Amino acid sequence: MYKLFLRSLISVLFFLGFSLNVNAEFKVGFVYVGPTGDHGWTYQHDEGRKAVEAAGIKTTYVESVPEGADAERVIRQLAQSGHDLIFTTSFGYMDPTNKVAKDFPNVKFEHATGYKREHSNVATYSARFYEGRTLLGHMAGKMTKTNTIGYIASFPIPEVIRGINAMTLAAQKVNPDIKTKIVWVFTWYDPGKESEAAQALIDQGADIIMQHTDSTAPVQVAEKAGVWSFGQASDMQRFAPKSILTSIIDDWAPYYVERSIAARDGTWKQQDTWHGLKEGMVAMAPYNSAMGDDLVKEVEQLQKDLASGKVHSFTGPIYDQKGNILVAEGAVADDGMLAGMNVYVKGVEGDIPQ
Amino acid sequence: MEVQLIKIEKRNDVSRSIYFLTPVLAIFLTLFGGGIIFFILGFNPIEALKFFFITPISDLYGLSELLIKATPLCLIAIGLSFCFKSNNWNIGAEGQLIFGGVVGGGVALLFYNHDGFYVLPIIILSGAIGGMLFAMIPAILKTYFNTNEILVSLMLVYVAKLLLDYLVVGPWSNPEGFNFPETRQFSESARMPILFDGLRIHAGIFITLITVFLSWLILYKTYLGFQIKVSGFSLKTAKYAGFKGKTMIIIVFMISGACAGLAGVGEITGPIGQLHRNISPDYGFTAIIVAFLGRLNPVGIIFASLIVALTYLGAETAQIFLQVPKYTGQVFQGMILFFLLGSDYLLFFKIKFLGLKKNEL
Repeated sequence: MYKLFLRSLISVLFFLGFSLNVNAEFKVGFVYVGPTGDHGWTYQHDEGRKAVEAAGIKTTYVESVPEGADAERVIRQLAQSGHDLIFTTSFGYMDPTNKVAKDFPNVKFEHATGYKREHSNVATYSARFYEGRTLLGHMAGKMTKTNTIGYIASFPIPEVIRGINAMTLAAQKVNPDIKTKIVWVFTWYDPGKESEAAQALIDQGADIIMQHTDSTAPVQVAEKAGVWSFGQASDMQRFAPKSILTSIIDDWAPYYVERSIAARDGTWKQQDTWHGLKEGMVAMAPYNSAMGDDLVKEVEQLQKDLASGKVHSFTGPIYDQKGNILVAEGAVADDGMLAGMNVYVKGVEGDIPQ
Repeated sequence: MEVQLIKIEKRNDVSRSIYFLTPVLAIFLTLFGGGIIFFILGFNPIEALKFFFITPISDLYGLSELLIKATPLCLIAIGLSFCFKSNNWNIGAEGQLIFGGVVGGGVALLFYNHDGFYVLPIIILSGAIGGMLFAMIPAILKTYFNTNEILVSLMLVYVAKLLLDYLVVGPWSNPEGFNFPETRQFSESARMPILFDGLRIHAGIFITLITVFLSWLILYKTYLGFQIKVSGFSLKTAKYAGFKGKTMIIIVFMISGACAGLAGVGEITGPIGQLHRNISPDYGFTAIIVAFLGRLNPVGIIFASLIVALTYLGAETAQIFLQVPKYTGQVFQGMILFFLLGSDYLLFFKIKFLGLKKNEL
């Protein structure tokens, strides 16, 4: 009896919470995994949020939300406090996002880099960062003297392995002797670990450093050691002005503005978005003139061709480390294969941590 | 040149009621200091404090979240109070929590798709044992090899973290999870029962309450509790009294580790439901503040854990409604501890001004 009473009380409270929010102003909420000042992943998402705000839509954010038990509470709180669309911007929010979405069918949810859309009000989105990696590989293959490329990798998930492979394939095309050395740091953001990894790779002969982590530490180490590097997520040029050849920029702003307006106007639909250079979700920072005008022109042309679809990052023949064929001559890897990629291509050193 | 001479004297007549009132004073000073900080940051201090301390718990959902957040803090702090009371400085509760979570999680994965009422108790028990064994490492090294337990327990936190990283990336990762660093979701039989529909509050709270009661019983009604207290006052006295110091050290570490392990297993079978790299947002370290704020007293720790949990929730609500930077939550925790230690100092020591004296230098 007592339990029944409590249950009905709770449902009444929930209902009240709902009805109070119906007439409120349209609001968009963002959940960030890091601080907005990380100059990498979260920084770029926050730039996107500012663009939504500039488009005249009210926004809210919560930063540094741990991917454990706290995520669900923060997402639920945003939903409960009258936010109509909520972007959750880290992989670890996948299950919490779907759990909360179930209880708030009138709120729209967008989860970055995940694969679960368990309810009709959950959409997912990510960017084809690997197209940017193809450009980096081209530059790295041309610029390296030691034929060794150092790669700081975060977690052995398909997205990261895809980047390593795309880069290696492009580098091999212009320089068949290329070797890719990888250090797995098992973190997205840890300046200490990232700089140690960069130093270790330089010590092993790498004269090009690239990263799939978010801090500016690796490019700063590269600058000091006098080797080339590439920025990640945002334009990191000012942290290593001599060393950085370019940065891959995640530009979420157009997507966030488009989806927010769609949700406000009632045209929002569930979808799985995977945009690249063509749509501008992946963009390149200005190229460093130190690599010479000819190379800059080549890379700019390649960027155009990748955007127009004339060139694909994964065009056959592609072999795995043992020499088995992965993609036949002339064929192109489809999105299904890219989404589940879990083998290295030939030329990458070491094994994927399993 | 003349200088003011200061003498610091120990007070002998500290009243018990004031001793338990100073934490309350510390909280009020924190509210006051926090109000000033909000004012400097350009927020209306009253409104900000309201969003920080009242809004998060103004509905049932908020109260349930408060209890979820306070549960692990309370459990760990209760365990730590055994160590701290007897002058054993266990700083590695975070590692014991993680190791307990790893052992409990491993058992939960072993029982994947396995039904039965006995599954959850076995998981909880194994988590507690895991934490207990992990805490015995610094205890045994301290008693038999004379190592410093602060360093050993602290460094073991990193060992536990790396072990968890290794397991969720490698052998225990979800086979259908595209290599993402997490295990499968545990089956229903391995999850803490939810107490009310729509809320996340789970049966773990009963474990906490039982632990609080048992620790009160041990600390105040048993010979072991007496030994712990005497060792806390003076190790020499304890030795003269003929207490077996080594056994006691190992026992307090075991209790402390078991509590942290319980907290870990409560998190993974409760709100999280799987193992991944972030099962604890540093509960093991925050619990140190909780233990001292609660005066190492079981009842005090309950209140302290609720207050510290509230600073986490408050930081989130204040950011959602006012866009106050989220790190103010940590500033509040720091201020509580600062004011508590500050008022403690003035409570136990008198500052005497001895007048001006000529400086000979």
